[in-house]
Amino acid sequence: MIRKSGWAAAGLAVFCVATMAATAAAETPKRGGTLTFMIPADAPPSFDGHRETTFATVHAVAPFYSVLIRVNPDNPSSTTDFVCDLCTEMPQPTDGGKTYTFKIRQGVKFHDGTPLTAADVAASWQAIVRPPDGVSSARESYFIMVDQVEATDPTTVVFRLKFATNAFLPALADPYAWIYKKEILDKDPHWYEKNIMGSGPFKFASYDIGQSIKGVRNPDYYRPGQPYLDGFIGIFAAKQAVRVDAIRADRAAIEFRGLPPSARDELVRELGDKITVQTSDWNCGNLVTPNHKKKPFDDVRVRRALALAIDSWHGAPALSKIATVHTVAGIVFPGSPLAASKQELEQLAGFWPDIGKSREEARRLLKEAGAEGLKFELMNRNVDQPYKYVGTWLIDEWSKVGLQVTQRVLPTGPFFDALRHGTFDVTVDFNCQSVVNPLLDIGKFLPHSVYAENYGGYDDQKEIELYQALLRETDATKQQAMIREFERYVLDTQTHMIMTPWWYRIVPARSYVKGWKISPSHYINQDLANVWLDK
Amino acid sequence: MVDLDLAPYVATAAEATERSRSWRAGIIRFCRRQPLGTVGLVLVLVMAVAGLLAEWIAPYSPTSNDFAAMTEPPSWAHLMGTDQFGRDLFSRIVFGARTALFVGFSCALLGGITGLVLGVASAYFGGRLDLLLQRVFDVVMAFPLIILALAVIAILGGGVHNVIVAITIPLIPRCARVVRSSALAIREMPYIDAARACGFGHTRIILRHMVPNVMAPFLIMLTAFVGQAILAEASLSYLGLGVQEPTPAWGLMLQGGAEEFASTAPWIAVFPGLAIALSVFGFSLFGDALRDAMDPKLRER
Amino acid sequence: MYRYVANRVLLAVPTLIGAAALVFVLMRLIPGDICLVRLGSGGGNVDPRTIAACHAELGLDRPVILQFVDFVWNFSRLDFGISMWSGKPVAEEIAARLPISLEIAVMATVFAILIAIPLGTISALKQNSWIDHVVRTVAIAGIATPSFWLGILSILAVLEISNAVFGAPWMPPIDYVPFWEDPLRNLSMAILPALTVGYRYAAVSMRMTRSAMLEVLREDYIRTARAKGLLERLVINRHALKNALLPVVTLIGIEFAFLIGGLVVTEQVFNLNGVGRLFVLAVQNQDYTLTQALVMLTVAIFVFANLAVDLLYAWLDPRIRFG
Repeated sequence: MIRKSGWAAAGLAVFCVATMAATAAAETPKRGGTLTFMIPADAPPSFDGHRETTFATVHAVAPFYSVLIRVNPDNPSSTTDFVCDLCTEMPQPTDGGKTYTFKIRQGVKFHDGTPLTAADVAASWQAIVRPPDGVSSARESYFIMVDQVEATDPTTVVFRLKFATNAFLPALADPYAWIYKKEILDKDPHWYEKNIMGSGPFKFASYDIGQSIKGVRNPDYYRPGQPYLDGFIGIFAAKQAVRVDAIRADRAAIEFRGLPPSARDELVRELGDKITVQTSDWNCGNLVTPNHKKKPFDDVRVRRALALAIDSWHGAPALSKIATVHTVAGIVFPGSPLAASKQELEQLAGFWPDIGKSREEARRLLKEAGAEGLKFELMNRNVDQPYKYVGTWLIDEWSKVGLQVTQRVLPTGPFFDALRHGTFDVTVDFNCQSVVNPLLDIGKFLPHSVYAENYGGYDDQKEIELYQALLRETDATKQQAMIREFERYVLDTQTHMIMTPWWYRIVPARSYVKGWKISPSHYINQDLANVWLDK
Repeated sequence: MVDLDLAPYVATAAEATERSRSWRAGIIRFCRRQPLGTVGLVLVLVMAVAGLLAEWIAPYSPTSNDFAAMTEPPSWAHLMGTDQFGRDLFSRIVFGARTALFVGFSCALLGGITGLVLGVASAYFGGRLDLLLQRVFDVVMAFPLIILALAVIAILGGGVHNVIVAITIPLIPRCARVVRSSALAIREMPYIDAARACGFGHTRIILRHMVPNVMAPFLIMLTAFVGQAILAEASLSYLGLGVQEPTPAWGLMLQGGAEEFASTAPWIAVFPGLAIALSVFGFSLFGDALRDAMDPKLRER
Repeated sequence: MYRYVANRVLLAVPTLIGAAALVFVLMRLIPGDICLVRLGSGGGNVDPRTIAACHAELGLDRPVILQFVDFVWNFSRLDFGISMWSGKPVAEEIAARLPISLEIAVMATVFAILIAIPLGTISALKQNSWIDHVVRTVAIAGIATPSFWLGILSILAVLEISNAVFGAPWMPPIDYVPFWEDPLRNLSMAILPALTVGYRYAAVSMRMTRSAMLEVLREDYIRTARAKGLLERLVINRHALKNALLPVVTLIGIEFAFLIGGLVVTEQVFNLNGVGRLFVLAVQNQDYTLTQALVMLTVAIFVFANLAVDLLYAWLDPRIRFG
């Protein structure tokens, strides 16, 4: 009896140990393997992250470089969790919040063997914040608060700001702020456009023009054990059907930007548990921008009517089945602590819970403004997801208050041109930012005199004042109140622009891809150091 | 002055009746001799009826979205299913026939007539005009249609009319070339010189002598052009350079959504393509049969 | 003869210059700014100074006449310049994409010739029989069917059939490997597009072969050969085919030049990294230098194909040869 139960106990113990070991093994990253992923673009225009703004550059080239600080790769959906990459610890700002002192990690080497020092970090940031003549830095305007950046000694970098602001640290975590070698930048500031040489987890292996980019493990990477992958292959494919088929046929494991619901449904239906889907709200969205310089859109009543006619609360769930949109929210990213609550939103035009009342009010305003049955053209970009779907939906919504709208779809070049020259009635606009940084992200709503990418054609001194005060406020509660005031002013009182449901990121991947976590931005967390293959 | 006009004229009513009777007999003979051509004619007629009577045939509006009925398979409610916006595919195809016919005939007529005028003028006047026109034709024919189309669309904007412009331009030199070679043969004939010697004006000679004799190849080319124009519009719309949403057009229906939903809702891709193929097929068959019927050399041995 | 040749060659020059002027003007008429697209399409904020610097870098702030003169002068020296979008030499961009396009073009041509000539001949010999009707129907279907639709359906068919038969869906490889490195992989990528493009090519050639053969078969010397009691096979091969082939070869040569247009759409469908797709990209990105170079390349191929055909005719036609 005892012997039997003894054996049973031993068997149970062995079983327990084995299960625990198995579970532990499932969580321990495996080394080895090559990750093949799709990049939903044609080739990047150049390899220089300081210069480019397209995700094609970041998906293809980020694995080769290090940055100073970044969003925590193990918690990338957080909008406040920033950690060090090349620094040793996150500094507390001194001097009334105007000085940030970073200590740089020791023992980091560039791929050519030379050591990386604070001088390289300072030189790279100098190129971003204050590029020399003839060199373009796409993010120069995000760092107007920076007065000076310098390397005080080989292990220390100091940033001095003109004024204290909460917008600095998130801006510093920009995924394009790659650290280049000072020696190369001094000799030829354009070198990095066509060449790759960084200190990141992967070394550059090869690039086939317009086709694929390959990297191999950096054996001297400063994070022990990482990267887990032997290498990666990034294949460029602008066509969605190809990317979906590739994942389906296991020619590629994942596409990091995001696929529409139909692709997800198809992959899940075909492959069942061989596919894992991660989803997240996206720090991108479409907006509707009426051209204030064209009658009758200079009349705030007409603009308000446009907003009031739209039923986002019911439209979003329907659209989310076919388009990459999902969450209804105000001007702040829905996951951010600065975002409006549902109750706060419902006060604003376009978010009223009773659509009947909302549309009635819209009709009343149109009549009052003498714009009943108004006919106009909605300009849109020739991209399916989600631009054209949103455009078609908007036209349908506006028809419900008697507005007759046609759509004019333009390819990217002429679209931007028309935006810049204001040759449109109303346009579908967009706002896409890399790191969730609400204070900088809402700059899109500011008039053109302050923010170059605003195409509404209006000027509004009060709005600018509201924003400047908001930017400099460091007390969290006061900031909340101020941003609500700004939001109300922009979306309701003046209705300068109209929100549509925020984009939604859907990333289906082969289940053997582990370690990569989705985030609100398709630009961040792409250095692939913590990705491993479970096969 | 003796009238040396030799062009065929319908002079009397009696002759007219004779002609109409022989037209009917001609059609019947055509159907019996050219079975393929008859099939083509039928296809063309079906398309024409669909396009002209679209409002009566189509059960739904081609542009109304119905988010509750997205990508539904063919059923009694929706004969060809619905697309990703919930729009009825059958209605869109029927209205698409109207767009295709409009584009096809506009391009064929515009391109054909311009080509006819230029080709005949080039052949008749010869010399430097001919040389210059030939070079211009070379450039236009060699120039890729895609660039031309994108430029036209980008400069003038999208929409059906600008697509017609974009497609017509490459058709003109093709027509002009063929017309020119036919007209050159006529020009060598002695009665042209005789007519000039009698002091007849250029216009009269061109219109009365040269044009009627190039009519046969010209008409056949027109039917071919309609088919080519429909195909060209489809290709341009597929590349995003053609007709724009929400206009129902077959090529546009094959763009975007069709490929995205190819595995889950194949009817979105199958039916528009079938419509294009069948219409161009019909026009080609008919055009071929027309040529066979009119060309004495290719008659049965 | 030599005067004729020299004449024809000289006539090619104004065509090329005309094409150069046309593409130059058209590209600059298209509204848009490559710098804005490149720097601002991410959706973020871009400083106008950055855009101005980009303009200066690409030479877009120079007077238009100078830009045109530079373009024509460089092209005549076969210097195609630097791509405005990627900064790499245009020659490099095109050379990287030429292999797959060339491979498909050649495969399509081979396919067309192998199918068209025998079928066209048979169709002509058995005019108005059921074989003739079937061949003609197939040929017209080839011209009528949009090639991109055929492409979409064939990709779908391959995926679904492989899924049904093997349990796992198979798609052609998405990255290009040259033929000598891995012939099987290379061919599996090229075969579907080549067949899609080749079908139309074969259809056009089939029809031309048929009508050319019909013309020749009515000639007196054929009747004489038959009357002499010559084997039908010899009649066809030795007499009819050789004479019929001239217009067919002409057509194949000219259609090859038009193939590039067909490649544009096919490469979009199959997502091939070829010259056709490069064309669409260059225009969409408003990359003036790349587009100009590609257009000139296309026009040059067309002009020289026509020239070759003209020279062939000149060589064969004694009136011109000895005139």
